[in-house]
Amino acid sequence: MKEKLVLIGNGMAGIRTLEELLKLAPEMYEITVFGDEPYGNYNRIMLSPVLAAEKTIDDIILNDRQWYTNNDITLHTGKRITRINRGCRTVTAEGGTEAAYDRLIISTGSSPFILPIPGAELEGVIGFRDIQDVGEMLDAASKYKKAVVIGGGLLGLEAADGLLKQGMDVTVVHLVETLMEQQLDSAAGALLKSALEVRGLKFLMEHKTEALLGDKRVQQICFSNGLQIPADLVVMAVGIRPNIELAESAGIHSERGIVVNDTMQSYDPRIYAVGECAQHRNITYGLVAPLFEQAKVCANQLAQLGIGYYRGSTTSTKLKVSGIDLFSAGEFQKSDDTEELLYQDPGRGIYKKIVLRNGRIVGSVLYGDTIDGPWYFQLMRDRIDITEMRERLLFGQVSVGDSGHSATDHIASMPDDAEVCGCNGVCKGDIVNAIIDKGLFTLDEVKLHTKAAASCGSCAGVVEQILASTVGADFAVSPAKKPICGCTEYTHDEVRSTITKYELKDIRAVMDFMEWKTPDGCNKCRPALNYYLLCAWPGAYIDDSRSRFINERVHANIQKDGSYSVIPQMMGGMTNAAELRAIADIADKYSVPEMKVTGGQRIDLFGLKKEQLPEIWADLNAAGMTSGYAYGKSLRTVKSCIGNRWCRFGTQDSVGMAVALEKLSWGSWMPHKFKMAVSGCPRNCAEATIKDLGVVGIDSGWELHIGGNGGVKVRATDLLCKVQTEDEVLEYAAAFMQLYREEAHYLDRTAPWIERVGLTYIKQRLIEDNESRKGLAERFCRSQKHAQIDPWKERVEGKEAYEFTPMIEMV
Amino acid sequence: MSDWIEIGHIEDIPRLGSRVVKTKEGDIAIFRTGQDKIHALLDRCPHKGGPLSQGIVHGDQVTCPLHDWKIQLASGEALAPDEGCTRSYRVRIKEGTIFLMV
Repeated sequence: MKEKLVLIGNGMAGIRTLEELLKLAPEMYEITVFGDEPYGNYNRIMLSPVLAAEKTIDDIILNDRQWYTNNDITLHTGKRITRINRGCRTVTAEGGTEAAYDRLIISTGSSPFILPIPGAELEGVIGFRDIQDVGEMLDAASKYKKAVVIGGGLLGLEAADGLLKQGMDVTVVHLVETLMEQQLDSAAGALLKSALEVRGLKFLMEHKTEALLGDKRVQQICFSNGLQIPADLVVMAVGIRPNIELAESAGIHSERGIVVNDTMQSYDPRIYAVGECAQHRNITYGLVAPLFEQAKVCANQLAQLGIGYYRGSTTSTKLKVSGIDLFSAGEFQKSDDTEELLYQDPGRGIYKKIVLRNGRIVGSVLYGDTIDGPWYFQLMRDRIDITEMRERLLFGQVSVGDSGHSATDHIASMPDDAEVCGCNGVCKGDIVNAIIDKGLFTLDEVKLHTKAAASCGSCAGVVEQILASTVGADFAVSPAKKPICGCTEYTHDEVRSTITKYELKDIRAVMDFMEWKTPDGCNKCRPALNYYLLCAWPGAYIDDSRSRFINERVHANIQKDGSYSVIPQMMGGMTNAAELRAIADIADKYSVPEMKVTGGQRIDLFGLKKEQLPEIWADLNAAGMTSGYAYGKSLRTVKSCIGNRWCRFGTQDSVGMAVALEKLSWGSWMPHKFKMAVSGCPRNCAEATIKDLGVVGIDSGWELHIGGNGGVKVRATDLLCKVQTEDEVLEYAAAFMQLYREEAHYLDRTAPWIERVGLTYIKQRLIEDNESRKGLAERFCRSQKHAQIDPWKERVEGKEAYEFTPMIEMV
Repeated sequence: MSDWIEIGHIEDIPRLGSRVVKTKEGDIAIFRTGQDKIHALLDRCPHKGGPLSQGIVHGDQVTCPLHDWKIQLASGEALAPDEGCTRSYRVRIKEGTIFLMV
């Protein structure tokens, strides 16, 4: 018999938990839901647009009754639970409905805090919390004129704006001198206040409410300074209070909220709490993104996977008042150990502040231009060292060349038919429609449904911004902790360190030890695991060809018609007549339909059938040529200019250096492809400054440049250092490659990896610490001993012959 | 006229791998899952005709090598939100020998 799961509270956090649970273990529980509102689950953060008449109630319903039916969930609406009996494990609702549980989720949310002042019980005094409150406000707007909102925080201002749009005369009363003082500094607060005043809102700052007067309905509001003004409607938006009475009455330990541990369990291990009613590590959350993270963890625990842990959330805020752009996250006041970057343009109504500690963002406040809010937030959460881009930081992501091709336009003003994802031809309108129609909240969901950012990923930043501007408020920024894929909760770093710490030696061992959710992983995690094991145990680990993408499995590049192309190695781009003649003969022999000189200075033979590969490799081997690894997450090529052998400007032998580097590094598997180039003088004809590792000859030696990329996001390299001799170049190059191999995530190119860990760190490991550099270089060379075996030759000799022959031919 | 044809032994296909049977109507991909289940699909992804036999096999799916569509091995259907279906063929195993209905 199935275990019984009961959810108290039909709101966003609770239902999200069920959705996550149904994804993991659809058949595990018999589920019953109790909600005290008469609706299905709706999007509470969209209540402000409903009040402002920009959306209807139907627009914001997330799960209609059909959803509950489809998932075999028993739904009781309009029924408030009055008692939890932990002894016999039942809950009882008003009217006597009873349900038994094996596991219970409490997701009772919160209530608006009502000031304990005389008159608070009068008619026309409400909070701003649910559909009923919105209904009362709309009703009041049609009959009365004067509204007062107590509380100049996020919720209060949204309520005030909605009532203003409904034609009421609205006064906002605030206790302190700055609006939204939990999120804004005084400068941004003042800008916000004057913008709202222009729209017609009135403010009484530094006013304390003392009493509400009226016979039956409220008529007047009195303040401590003696002022008294008329009011037909009073909305209290001074804060929220977690609903914990039910839990407390059942003896479940609660403080401000129901106290939960990192698995979202209360002190009664059968009872979980998620959402605004829960208190985790002393914090209660009121924004949607943290609630969704909690839901995910709770579902993971309920599905008995036991590997999800909630460790708290970093949150950001966006005001949902249309026409006012405001973003705030983290610390926004200067302290002794922080610095502030400021940008002010009062004429255009723009104010930006970024707070830094030790070269990392710890907070930001943006007013007027919030387009970079999600980007700053990402940098803050991932603790990216911003030292290198500090001088351009305030001018936004556009100025650091980090948002792909379409970085120039403002997301909001972008037309619907503007193409966002160039790989899959997805326009802004498609993305916006999918977000609205399907109720998407995360970048991953948008990727799945629209394919935007699902290929090269260069538009992910833009897609995330469209998501933010469409969902409005605190959309779920993709979580800081990114699991490798859906098969596991663990991140790349966690998996790597576990492999070495517990000496896990093959894929099966990793999946068993780390409790993979799928029997044999997927096309994302298996190649990553294969690489991590190969890197951790050179020589000992046996490469798993079934976990290799086809190109790496058959050492050629699959093309769109299923044929393959073959590129022999041509070190440093140097060739000769005999080699070219051999290639020409082979092309004739196999009727190669097309040949091309590649960007990496080699020759590509197209249109080969898979069955032909071993034969053509045998012929290439016979002419002295081996695999060029043009298909691998590995060293690709070392491009070079001709250098001082011929060039009248050349200062160094770039060709000789390129060949030496390629000899050192060919055959090495990497987290992603790795390209090098060597130029013989600062004219840099080999374009070394957009390579993963670029070497530029100067009169006194060599410059080493790292982290360049000429692909989806052009990024010029950072200068690592200058060295004098070829041996030094090789040692630094080997050390850099090994650091990248050991520490980057699978499928990270060097550019994003360096941006994540910071150039300072790389310099520390490679320049300041001689021992670290020599150790890395030595480990690289040791692993190369096992890697430099021509895979073509092995297959000519019969390795994995089944790959290249059909099982049977029935013709 | 369809018939059961003997195409080889289960051990001819690597676990989590695939081999191709060439027929007059085109290539048929024969898959072996991690649990030694055998499935047969037309070797053409419903998306852009990619050779499914060259994809990575995981669980009861294969990921097409061209654009990462995931195809269910038993039915030939693409996993949501992608839509499409490739033809599947019946297979029978007798003492490790694989028979294919063509």
